[in-house]
Amino acid sequence: MQITRGMRLTEAKTYVAGKLGVSVLDLSDPTVMLDVRKELGLGGILESGEITDIDDPMGIEAKFNIAAVLDVPVNCVERFRAKAGRRRPAQI
Amino acid sequence: MEPRIATRMGDGSLVEMTRSEIKADLEEGTQQSAKRAKVDPLTQDELDHLLDIYASSARFTAVDIGDEVVMSNDGTGTKHIGNRVQDLQTYEQVLGIDIVELWQIDYSYKAIKTNVAHEGQAMKIAQMLCTNPVQYGAMPDLGRYSKPDGPIDNWSELLPLMKVDEARAAQIEACAMLVEDINFVADHMVEAGADGIDMDTTGAAGDADFLAGLTACRMLREKYPFLGIEIGMASEFVLGMHGQLEFDGERLAGMWPKDQLRMVQAAGGSIYGPAVNINTGKSTAWNIARAITIIKPAMEIAEIPVHVNVGMGVGGVPTCVYPPADATSRASKAFVEILKIDGY
Amino acid sequence: MGTGDPLGMEGAHTQASGMGGMRTAGDLVARMQMTRRMRLKEAKAYVADKLGCTPRDLSDPSAMEQIRIEKGLGTLPFTSSVRPGEAGMIEAKFNISQVLDIPINSVERFKERVGLASSFAV
Repeated sequence: MQITRGMRLTEAKTYVAGKLGVSVLDLSDPTVMLDVRKELGLGGILESGEITDIDDPMGIEAKFNIAAVLDVPVNCVERFRAKAGRRRPAQI
Repeated sequence: MEPRIATRMGDGSLVEMTRSEIKADLEEGTQQSAKRAKVDPLTQDELDHLLDIYASSARFTAVDIGDEVVMSNDGTGTKHIGNRVQDLQTYEQVLGIDIVELWQIDYSYKAIKTNVAHEGQAMKIAQMLCTNPVQYGAMPDLGRYSKPDGPIDNWSELLPLMKVDEARAAQIEACAMLVEDINFVADHMVEAGADGIDMDTTGAAGDADFLAGLTACRMLREKYPFLGIEIGMASEFVLGMHGQLEFDGERLAGMWPKDQLRMVQAAGGSIYGPAVNINTGKSTAWNIARAITIIKPAMEIAEIPVHVNVGMGVGGVPTCVYPPADATSRASKAFVEILKIDGY
Repeated sequence: MGTGDPLGMEGAHTQASGMGGMRTAGDLVARMQMTRRMRLKEAKAYVADKLGCTPRDLSDPSAMEQIRIEKGLGTLPFTSSVRPGEAGMIEAKFNISQVLDIPINSVERFKERVGLASSFAV
């Protein structure tokens, strides 16, 4: 939110907490955020394949969901949509 | 005096032979294998064609433009340059391989079962980074289920004791475990995005090993209609370690490539890989004539793609870790032009 | 294929008789063999028809470079030819799936994980 919307820290935290349905304090709490990220498909650490497994979005997959949840465009996601949708862009 | 041509032995060593000697080796190779496998020897046209390919002093040879075939690459990568996914990217982008394969060094479905989550994650990352089809491969490797490596009584120890019934029962029990493990690993790999599953060196432990591969193949085909399933063989002949096992009512022991292919087709396989081992004491000309003679009947009935095993020690490629490109390319051209194979 | 050092084995085979992977249409023909169990001739004819070219073009890197760029099927990035604006890696597989009219497992899984509509039942 800082790089896309130019928000100051307090404003950015409040915005993200609102979108995720958690408190501002939760945003820095790995215990809470592990579950939140898993539930919303926002990607996580691949530690030994035990925490984030093959069903969980990772890498650019997670960024598709981050863009949707935060309601911001993510450049590489938009470019992926354009490049991967050459035949039928409406479907992507 | 007849000129001598530099050519290769089955162990990779460079020797000099005359055109007449190479011709004689081709004829002996086809006659001996035809008798052994109870198939027809190669025709005179085919032998002449092979002679043109092998009685050449060229450093490299190739098929005609437009006759190229698909390269599936079981065991993709060196394992020692970069990581495994980088290996796949290298083979996709530098070597021009068409189907790359993710695998681990302990190339056995039983071994992979214990770390399948890690293998799945690697497959998922590979799928993100590769455009080529990426399959997952390992050996059925039935022997892993017998003592001391596994829980089942060792049939190789029971047979010399004349405990034939016990040895057979042990193989059947192991076969069921293997089918379950192949399914277990394949399910995870499909979930991770795999394009195909490769059962490589199938039949290494005999007919029960082959039966496990066929049974697992049929189960996977029913579950995943889109999935590439490749069954590559361990050798030209299915050993009858059990001796009475059947698939679709047909006895597996003693099957040569034509019947092996029929079974793979019936099980729903996508690609069949025949393997004919090298005789290191004979020339590559003798070995290629033997391999093509044995595989030819399979090509005549093939309804699915046939990717011949042509790596170190099989399919006319010498048994040495640095296969000379003169020998490799001659085998490559011979299989494509004479058997009209679908790939390697 | 088999084992052996990469240059003497895979490198020699691909130069002697290989379609060429992503340099050409080898990966596309391979997909038809894997997914539809097509033999080589049928697979080449199918892919050529979908791409609007001849079967011989499928092994021709010069012809296929243009076709792959035009249809977004992925190209090889190397020193004198990098195209970050073109589809590559998994992006290209979305387009390959559409062009060849076959499901690609990893593409369908990707769609599942990011909430995109699926074209095939996998």
